[in-house]
Amino acid sequence: MEYITNIAFALILLVGIVFFARNVKKLIRNIKLGKEVVVNDNKPQRWKNMFRIALGQTKMVVRPIPGILHILVYVGFIVINLEVLEIILDGLLGTHRLFAGLGVVYNVLIASFEILAFLVIVAVIIFWIRRNIIKIKRFMSPEMKGWPKNDGNMILYIELVLMCLFLTMNASDFQLQQMGAAHYVQAGSFPISQFLIPLFDGMSVPTLIIIERSAWWMHIVGILFFLNYLYYSKHLHILLAFPNTYFGKIGPKGKFNNLDAVTQEVKLMMDPYAAPAEDAGEPGKFGASDVADLSRVQLLNAYTCTECGRCTSECPANITGKKLSPRKIMMDTRDRLEEVGKNIDANKGNFVDDGKQLLDDYITREELWACTSCNACTEACPVSIDPLSIIMDMRQYLVMEQSAAPSDLNNMMGNIENNGAPWPFNQMDRLNWKDEA
Amino acid sequence: MGSELKVPTMAALFAAGKQPEVLFWVGCAGSFDDRAKKITKAFVKILNKANVSFAVLGTEESCTGDPAKRAGNEFLFQMQAVTNIEVMNAYGITKVVTACPHCFNTLKNEYPGLGGNYEVVHHTEFLKKLLDDGRITLEGGTFKGKRITFHDPCYLGRANGVYEAPRDLIKKLDAELVEMKNCKSRGLCCGAGGAQMFKEPEKGDKDINIERTEQALDTQPEIIAAACPFCNTMMTDGVKNKEKEKDIKVMDIAELIATAEDL
Repeated sequence: MEYITNIAFALILLVGIVFFARNVKKLIRNIKLGKEVVVNDNKPQRWKNMFRIALGQTKMVVRPIPGILHILVYVGFIVINLEVLEIILDGLLGTHRLFAGLGVVYNVLIASFEILAFLVIVAVIIFWIRRNIIKIKRFMSPEMKGWPKNDGNMILYIELVLMCLFLTMNASDFQLQQMGAAHYVQAGSFPISQFLIPLFDGMSVPTLIIIERSAWWMHIVGILFFLNYLYYSKHLHILLAFPNTYFGKIGPKGKFNNLDAVTQEVKLMMDPYAAPAEDAGEPGKFGASDVADLSRVQLLNAYTCTECGRCTSECPANITGKKLSPRKIMMDTRDRLEEVGKNIDANKGNFVDDGKQLLDDYITREELWACTSCNACTEACPVSIDPLSIIMDMRQYLVMEQSAAPSDLNNMMGNIENNGAPWPFNQMDRLNWKDEA
Repeated sequence: MGSELKVPTMAALFAAGKQPEVLFWVGCAGSFDDRAKKITKAFVKILNKANVSFAVLGTEESCTGDPAKRAGNEFLFQMQAVTNIEVMNAYGITKVVTACPHCFNTLKNEYPGLGGNYEVVHHTEFLKKLLDDGRITLEGGTFKGKRITFHDPCYLGRANGVYEAPRDLIKKLDAELVEMKNCKSRGLCCGAGGAQMFKEPEKGDKDINIERTEQALDTQPEIIAAACPFCNTMMTDGVKNKEKEKDIKVMDIAELIATAEDL
């Protein structure tokens, strides 16, 4: 029976990891529903972007208050993960504070984990106040009602509870160490949790052991729960920000891709002697009306979005009360992708037409036509998400597949086609300005 | 005045066996819009003054296709692009300057993939270079001490990272450059981009150009400087809407320089 806790721990760990792996597999499967894109240009720049933007958080601090608070939480979680390593090994091996032998280094590590845990708690509380008391505008948009709002708070609660459990675990451990309890080696330095010690005044060793063990178990189980919560929440950015910043657009923001399929058609039209290549199939669908028409990078973007709303708060259309919200474009894309994924799961691996699509059922035409393509959203995004590219792809579908542009734009395009300018002026009059007074 | 402008066409130069230093891509607004034509002329006056050897395509120029592409009509865009590239390549053009950030962006970023490879500069960059090379000189007289705020065109600033050239020119006028709440990489769009210029805006609380004009007015400027014919229109309309057109002028950087030079 002496190994029962080790076995229980190993089982819980295994279940946590297997579930997580299953969700990651599903995530990858869903992203692969998108069109394959070759992203192998300028690798040094891409790695640099990943290091600077994701690891270095450079775009977060454009807004200093949330930026710095976010860095606290981010550094806290990364560093405290070193402690999780010890917890996992202790759990599997039945040891207690396995790394205690590191001596002074261990003390410094534990002390820094504690200080970070405290800072995380402070940051999380401020984040909660910003969302629920101050009600910062970008968290109050229509797309943030219901689940997105609860999800945001849930993440803050989980983080708060995890940090509190961590400090409780340390405090009770410290008290046990001072009481000379068996197995509780004198190790670690507890600059924060020492202040919790008075809470344990007069408690017996067995009671303290129950508190310490409960906190230890709930902390690690909580972490495994959080790991598995990610897939269902907006919080995937903690993992996906890294690939997303790598695959993010490089080069001038104003450069939009030229559609190769169109280039082929145009070449055929311009050259009377050109013949379509023997192996050329039917030209595919132009633009995007559903998630499968988008690229894998765009779908990765959708999973990466953590709904911070910086894009929306900088969007000129949104600022002036139009329906367009770049964040909603990303949330809709993900919601539709999830819906398609579930459809595939429910139908033994095949997608069965559900009569729905991203266009109209999720993203309305009114939203798409409100965009000025100004790139404020892509500039604002701290993790290189590109809502603009989705808007443009969907406009392409509307115009090239459905001829469904607003009539003013049809007039403009008619003018370009007929007389080479967006207005009804004759091309032969293009140089008249030279001689006008 | 107009007759004094020297505006050679590529066709004429080509016939004479000459190649200009740079092609001036006038653009549709610069060719047809009454307000933008003044910018075009101001820029030509400076080019003439600096003895820059340039040419225009004139009646051989056609829309770059930018508004079509941004509206989603990739097909029309590429038709325009391929036609324009054929013309420019036939003339052996290597360098292009334009006063329109939309033409600038499209020519610079989207034409290379279709066979049009040119060195493309915006007129503010070109003017800055003329100044740096001593081909034009600026005496600040006219604008000395005037409060000027600069509106970043999205397709010049965020889209292509050109923030300093227009600002350097304003500073050279001895003017007081005042920045708006949103400027440079966080500049607020005037509302014309993405083909919005050619359609009514969607329903909302306010038009975008009004929002941007309010930001500009907050700086209490005497002049709102623009570097894009469409931004110019939007800001001019915004200033009119606020009934400030008597006090505040909306001027292109080229116009500022031409005026300073008394051209």
